[in-house]
Amino acid sequence: MKEVLRLEKVSHRYHSKSGETEAIRSMDLSVNEGEFFGIVGPSGSGKTTLLSILSGILTPSSGSVKRSISPSEIGYMLQRDHLFEWRTIEDNVLLGLEIRKIKTKERVEYALDLLKKYSLGDFVKKRPSELSGGMRQRVALIRTLALRPKLVLLDEPFSALDFQTRLNVAEDVRKIIAEEGVTAILVTHDISEAIALCDRIAVLSARPATVKRIFDNTIEKGLSSIERREHPLFASLFKEVWKELEFTDEKEKSGDQ
Amino acid sequence: MKKKSQEISEEHFRYLKKQRGKTAFVVVMQVFLLVQFFLVWELLAKYEIIDSFIFSAPSKMWSSFLALAKDGVLWRHVSATLIETVVGFVSATLIGLVVAVVLWSIEPLRLILEPYIVVLNALPKIALGPIIIIWVGAGKGAIIVMAILISVIITVINILNGFLSVDKDKILLMKTLSATRAQTLFKLVLPSNLSNIIAALKVNVGMAWVGTIMGEYLVSREGLGYLIVYGGQVFNLSLVMCSTVILTVLAALMYFCVLIVEKAVSR
Ligand SMILES: Nc1ncnc2c1ncn2[C@@H]1O[C@H](COP(=O)(O)OP(=O)(O)O)[C@@H](O)[C@H]1O
Ligand SMILES: [Mg+2]
Repeated sequence: MKEVLRLEKVSHRYHSKSGETEAIRSMDLSVNEGEFFGIVGPSGSGKTTLLSILSGILTPSSGSVKRSISPSEIGYMLQRDHLFEWRTIEDNVLLGLEIRKIKTKERVEYALDLLKKYSLGDFVKKRPSELSGGMRQRVALIRTLALRPKLVLLDEPFSALDFQTRLNVAEDVRKIIAEEGVTAILVTHDISEAIALCDRIAVLSARPATVKRIFDNTIEKGLSSIERREHPLFASLFKEVWKELEFTDEKEKSGDQ
Repeated sequence: MKKKSQEISEEHFRYLKKQRGKTAFVVVMQVFLLVQFFLVWELLAKYEIIDSFIFSAPSKMWSSFLALAKDGVLWRHVSATLIETVVGFVSATLIGLVVAVVLWSIEPLRLILEPYIVVLNALPKIALGPIIIIWVGAGKGAIIVMAILISVIITVINILNGFLSVDKDKILLMKTLSATRAQTLFKLVLPSNLSNIIAALKVNVGMAWVGTIMGEYLVSREGLGYLIVYGGQVFNLSLVMCSTVILTVLAALMYFCVLIVEKAVSR
């Protein structure tokens, strides 16, 4: 399997007037092409920091980041959709193409096709505020995919949605990413979401984040996220990941005392 | 509004009718109040309850107006003031906007200049009057400079604050799309600050009038400010009142122009 990304001994510290924060400590990680890779960890552990480093927006304090693709081939979907209200849905989706000055007819068509394909075709001329939260999140994903990235980074993309929408949008996103054949890295603090979507799941420790363990998802590929949630192996895997995370929390508590 | 008229229910129709009735009532009362004001003023003057030499009267103001209008004198004064105000308003807004953009783009410059801007803002600009007259000369130039000075600093402060309060995550989004600083400015910061810039326009319309009239008090030989000062000196209160009313109407008209611009751009 071809590696898309490899982190070796990556550490990162934030510096501010009030002091320094060690966010990531000596992390090793590799992600393969075509894989849906999950990262779960307690909040504030350094997950967003990790994604920023992977994307190339942030240079780590130390360690090496190797990529087989260029940073411009990485799409980054932030926690909130950040659609611009003064632009129509169509223009929001084309924002990246405009910025990179690659707004060719063919690329525009691809983006608009994605909107149509994922049932947003009737909304291209609408404003973001006229769409539901789930629809907005899909638009944000398509804005990312319009640049035809080889790798997409998803930072807790569903956390702003209510439970029902969350399940549906998660499945939509899984489908879109599978069909468009891109590699994906999903950050979440929701274990069941990670199991429902990801092929491998890395569990991070509390801050400073290190990789505690990487789980292979033993549930067969090709199932929908709903089917995976109902799979007999789901519960046992959930328990294992949860134990790993819980252990993190306990260590955190005892560390505080 | 989205529904077509045939889809409107009986109840909604009654609701709309009631709302329209309410709006009409408010407008009628507003006009009534104005008419009443002038009417009472006129009657008080007519029956000599107030001294019309000091308080003037609507009818006297009207004859004052007609006298001014007859030989084109009025137009000369109105146009002088209008030009000064419009030039002052437009320049102050543009200069303020450009300075805000420069300060946003070059962070060290902003940090260095911040205290100076705050102090300049606190300074009462009228105190600079004599200096302006000496530097620019006692003419239209000085009046326009006054109109600009009075609003440019606060424009910079307000617009820059708007620029700086753009959601950090939206800036990050632009970064993830590998936008340059200029692209972030034109595609995110400026559009998201449209209402903020319009608000600055609204403030500046008022400020430009203050600056212009203040400037005319100091130096001019024409303009509405000049008419007001002159009328006061020769104790022609009708001229003073008449000029003040014209000023009020012009200021209101200019404010409405800004409202129209606001409507046009915020669609
Ligand atoms: N720009 C920053 N400056 C200083 N500290 C930061 C910055 N960004 C994040 N941190 C700190 O780094 C830690 C990890 O943050 P983050 O990566 O956002 O965690 P997560 O995404 O897992 O919630 C937190 O303690 C946070 O306060
Ligand atoms: Mg985060």
